[in-house]
Amino acid sequence: MKKYSAFAIAREALRHHTGWQRAWRDAQPKKRYDVIIIGAGGHGLATAYYLGKNFGITNVAILEKGWLGGGNTGRNTTIIRSNYLQDPSAAIYEKSRSLYETMSQDLNYNVMFSPRGVIMLAQTQHEVRGYQRTAHANALQGVQTEFIGPERVKELVPIINIDGPRYPVLGGLYQARGGTARHDAVAWGYARACSDMGMDVIQKCEVTGIRREGGKVTGVSTNRGDIDCDKLGMVVAGHSGHLADMAGFRLPIESVALQALVSEPIKPCMDVVVMANTVHGYMSQSDKGEMVIGGGTDGYNNYTQRGSFHHIEETVRALIETFPMVSRLKMLRQWGGIVDVTGDRSPILSKTPVEGVFINCGWGTGGFKAIPGSGWAMAELMAKGQSPLTDAFGLNRFQEGRFIDESVAAGVAH
Amino acid sequence: MLILTCPNCGITAEETEFHAGGEAHLTRFGPGASDADFEQYLFMRDNPKGVHFERWRHVYGCGKWFHAARDTVTLEIFGTYTAQTGTPPQDILDTIKDRRPDWQGSGTS
Repeated sequence: MKKYSAFAIAREALRHHTGWQRAWRDAQPKKRYDVIIIGAGGHGLATAYYLGKNFGITNVAILEKGWLGGGNTGRNTTIIRSNYLQDPSAAIYEKSRSLYETMSQDLNYNVMFSPRGVIMLAQTQHEVRGYQRTAHANALQGVQTEFIGPERVKELVPIINIDGPRYPVLGGLYQARGGTARHDAVAWGYARACSDMGMDVIQKCEVTGIRREGGKVTGVSTNRGDIDCDKLGMVVAGHSGHLADMAGFRLPIESVALQALVSEPIKPCMDVVVMANTVHGYMSQSDKGEMVIGGGTDGYNNYTQRGSFHHIEETVRALIETFPMVSRLKMLRQWGGIVDVTGDRSPILSKTPVEGVFINCGWGTGGFKAIPGSGWAMAELMAKGQSPLTDAFGLNRFQEGRFIDESVAAGVAH
Repeated sequence: MLILTCPNCGITAEETEFHAGGEAHLTRFGPGASDADFEQYLFMRDNPKGVHFERWRHVYGCGKWFHAARDTVTLEIFGTYTAQTGTPPQDILDTIKDRRPDWQGSGTS
C-alpha cells in the first residue's frame, strides 16, 4: 500500500493521477480463516483492524452481504460524543472519542474528524437537573463536559431561539471535544488498513448459516460457499437477531427504523452539533453546507431501511421552533437505517451460548461515535476472551439485572 | 405508512392513530419462575425478519389494545385480531400461509 501524503498528491498531480492504487484488494474467500467477522461496517472493520494491530491476528476475513459501509455506517448523522452517565458507557465511549482524535494519522486516511463541540440542550427543568448530574458524573469519569447557561448556548449557536414559547432553552450539556467525522471515510480507512495487513474484505458475501459441532462454531455457510473459522464475530447491527437465530440463540433486541435527512447546502451558519432531546431532533452542518438532521426511531419492528413520513414531520416541526431559519430550507434527501435497540439502550459486547461466537450489537441509535472504541474492545474480547471495556456489556446482564441504564440518562436520542 | 383496522371499534386508520406495543403472545411466568424465564419474558425477543405478531393500541380512537400480524420486510399487514388470545387465530395463520408459503413459524415462541 502506498502511503497517502502531500508529497503523493503532488507526485500524482504531475502525472495526471495515473498512479493511485486500489484502496483495498477485491478479495475472494479462502477455505479457512482464524477469525471471521460478519459485517463490514465501521464496527466490524474496526474489530478486524485492532485484532491485527493490537494482537497480531491477521488471518481474518470480513464478510459483507452488501457493500462496504453501506448499512448504518453510511446512514448515520456522524455525531461523536462521550457524555454518558454510567461508568461503563463513559469508559468505552471516551476511549472511542479519544481514538477518533488520532484516527486519520493512525490509518493514514483522512476521516475529517472535526471536534467542533456538541451541545445537548436542556429544554425542561427535568433535563436541566439530569444534565447537571451527567456533568458531575463526567467530571468523576475524566470526561470533559460542562453545563452551560442559555446565554452561552446563544453565543455558541447564534441561529438558535432560546426563548421559544413551548421549549425554551434553559441550558445545555456542552462537550467541547465532541464533534463529527466523515462516516464513509471511517469505513474506507479501516478497510484499507485491514487489507494492507493481509485481511480479506469480501463484499456481496451473505452468510446463510452458521455451522456448529458440539456447541462450538466451525464456520459459516455463505452464498459463495462454506468458510471455516476458529472464531466468529457477529457485528451486524440491525440484522443481529436474524444471525443469532441462525446460531440458535435469542437476543434482547428489537430492530427498528431510524431516519435522517439533509437540507440543501447553505453558507456556514452553525459550527457546533446541537441535540434537542426533549423534542427529538438533532442537527449539524456538514462541510458541504447541508444541515444534517436526525430524529427519533419509528415505534415498530422494521427491516426496510425506510421509515414513516410523520416521524420526519415531527422532527422538523420540533426543530423549527428552536431553529426558526430551518423553516426556509428545502430538504434534499431522506433515508433510514435499521437500528438494533436493547432493553436498557446499551450495547452488547459478549460471548454467546455458542463457543467461539462473539457478538457486538445493540448500539441502537448511537453506534457511529463508538466505532473505534467498540472495535478496540471487541478485538480484545475475541483475542483474550475478556476485556475490561466489555465486562459490563455481557449478554448475562439481562438475566442478572445489571442494566446499564442510559435510556433516560442519554436523553434517548443518541 | 401503515393502515391498520382496529378489531375493537372497526375503524380503519393510518398508523399515527395507533401506537405500537412490541411483540405479542409473550408468556408471563408466575411466582416461582426462574431468572431465565423472567429474562425471556422481559427482554428476549424473536425480532424476526418477516412475519411478526405484535401488539398495537388504538390511542387516538377507542383506546383499546389489539394484535396485528405484519411482515417486517414488506410492511404488509396480514390482519388484526383481538388481544384476548394466547395464540393467533386460524384465519390469520391461513392468510399468512397463503401469502408466505415458506413461513415456518407458529406465532408463539
